[in-house]
Amino acid sequence: MFYREAGDFKTSYAEDNQTFPIKFDRYRYYVVLVLAFAVVPFIINDYWVNAVFLPFLIYSIAAIGLNILVGYCGQVSLGSGGFMAVGAYACYKLMTSFPDVNIAIHVMLAGAITAAVGVLFGLPSLRIKGFYLAVATLAAQFFLVWLFNRVPWFYNYSASGQISAPERTVFGIPVTGAETAPWAAYLFCLVFAVASALIARNLTRGMIGRKWMAIRDMDIAAEIIGVNPLKAKLSAFAVSSFFIGIAGALFFAIYLGAIEVGEAFGINKSFLLLFMVIIGGLGSIFGSFAGAAFLVLLPVLLKNLLVVGLEWPTDLATHLEFIIVGGLIILFLVAEPHGLAQLWRVAKEKLRLWPFPH
Amino acid sequence: MLDTAEGYVTEDGRKIGGVVMEMKNITLRFGGVVAIQDISFDIRQGEIRAIIGPNGAGKSSMLNVISGFYNPQEGEVWYQGAKRPAMKPYEVAQQGIARTFQNIALFEGMSVLDNVMTGRIRQMSAGMVAQAIWKGKAEREEIKNREAVEKVIDFLEIQSIRKTPVGRLPYGLKKRVELARALAAEPSILLLDEPMAGMNVEEKEDMSRFILDVNDEFGTTIALIEHDMGVVMDLSDRVVVMDYGKKIGDGSPDEVRGNQAVIDAYLGVAHD
Ligand SMILES: Nc1ncnc2c1ncn2[C@@H]1O[C@H](COP(=O)(O)OP(=O)(O)OP(=O)(O)O)[C@@H](O)[C@H]1O
Ligand SMILES: [Mg+2]
Repeated sequence: MFYREAGDFKTSYAEDNQTFPIKFDRYRYYVVLVLAFAVVPFIINDYWVNAVFLPFLIYSIAAIGLNILVGYCGQVSLGSGGFMAVGAYACYKLMTSFPDVNIAIHVMLAGAITAAVGVLFGLPSLRIKGFYLAVATLAAQFFLVWLFNRVPWFYNYSASGQISAPERTVFGIPVTGAETAPWAAYLFCLVFAVASALIARNLTRGMIGRKWMAIRDMDIAAEIIGVNPLKAKLSAFAVSSFFIGIAGALFFAIYLGAIEVGEAFGINKSFLLLFMVIIGGLGSIFGSFAGAAFLVLLPVLLKNLLVVGLEWPTDLATHLEFIIVGGLIILFLVAEPHGLAQLWRVAKEKLRLWPFPH
Repeated sequence: MLDTAEGYVTEDGRKIGGVVMEMKNITLRFGGVVAIQDISFDIRQGEIRAIIGPNGAGKSSMLNVISGFYNPQEGEVWYQGAKRPAMKPYEVAQQGIARTFQNIALFEGMSVLDNVMTGRIRQMSAGMVAQAIWKGKAEREEIKNREAVEKVIDFLEIQSIRKTPVGRLPYGLKKRVELARALAAEPSILLLDEPMAGMNVEEKEDMSRFILDVNDEFGTTIALIEHDMGVVMDLSDRVVVMDYGKKIGDGSPDEVRGNQAVIDAYLGVAHD
């Protein structure tokens, strides 16, 4: 009954334009925010933060970034793992070169550096599309991982070839290093995730988002009605890589603390992010969160169910996870190409009309 | 300005001005195929200029030359009194030339409203940072342009479908949304490639009315390609006739109708 737009008349275009035009959606959004900022930090422990919340938030940011490129602008990318690595290494170099600067600034700068690298590797998109572009971005993936492995300057000539995050604080509270409290790491990532979602939402509802979607839906027509394809595509690469770079920086500095590039940011990561975006829903910010949540929670659930509950061996559970994820991706590609976000939309549409569907 | 001297007033009292666009000796080849062969014609301010001809005559190619989508091997395009250098299509659009397509080219994944809003690219300048922040410049600009777009939506009577994804619309409405997108640009020249193709009589009447109203109310210069001779004769002030890439006639509907070359090439053959 309460999920209605009847009686909720919009009297200005600003109101009609808002992110959640239906009152109930708006309230639910505020409730989620309050829960996330004011309740969750007090009740989570180390296990929940490391197994669920940090990866969920960080992958959400990366999925938002990839979704802008693939879902909104229609440019395929298999290089997101490599771009996450750029964010991580940029953050590491900044943290070690300028230890007095706040880590939040380093994370944002890491995003900016990744944006520049993204534009560089986005240049081929001006000439090639689809499958060929995917191959070009795949080359970027391998090149970047190779680069961070091979050039010792990037890992400050450490003997192991790994990078590890020095201790840093925000307002005197440690957010990286061994002293970090789970809630502090969680809140730090949450702020970035919420800000990323807001920025992405604003960009995609405005003219730049429409330009991206126009290029995605019909690039020739887009150019003829006035979209500069060069600017539209490269800006999508820039914004996308910006978010992915931030995600890479957080993944390294906050979540893992120490990484080896091939392991943390290999081609598997690129595929994982792509799967999140496909399962969550191409061209949807909410879908980016949904996809990230789904693929972060699935292994945790399976592990608890099969390994802890039914006492299966771990590797068997892992294989089952692969099978389920693979099956789901095929299912979504065939049956619901717009992902979880679309299922959610359809459910809401039904609810809005319920109980009189006509 | 080229030939601005004589403007004239039509029988129904519309004012036609000087030449805004002139095609001079345009030749366009695709490998061995000569799509346009040494064609010249002009378009006057405020007129409805029709381009007709049998299938494959080169009409769409001519619009594509005007849009900057094809660069002719020979010839010049003059716009608002100046020779136009080779341009990218989006630069041509920025100059105020908007168009629709023979095969509808809407953005299928977007709503009607978003499609029509894309027509406002020329009028919107907020940078990326302003749009990311939204509050302030970007929102003001969005609202101002939304108002302009709503006027077009009212004008074309598509209020009830503004939030509908374009992919779900029937053919006739898609044609109308495409016209809305072009109109939203407030173009100085509007190019329409077969705006009534595939429509029933009623839809054709609606579309004719819209075209006349646009021209009448906003004084928009229109160049249109159309196969239906009745429509062409009713709507247009002057007609260019093409056949096999050549111009075989140019003048008022009556003059063209009486032209023997035109009758042979076109009127006798295509009768639908
Ligand atoms: N991109 C292209 N490449 C090769 N040939 C082309 C191309 N575009 C058009 N042509 C050829 O140019 C000629 C003119 O085509 P055009 O589409 O301009 O005709 P038209 O008058 O619009 O015909 P219709 O009434 O069927 O739309 C045709 O012979 C066509 O095959
Ligand atoms: Mg044609």
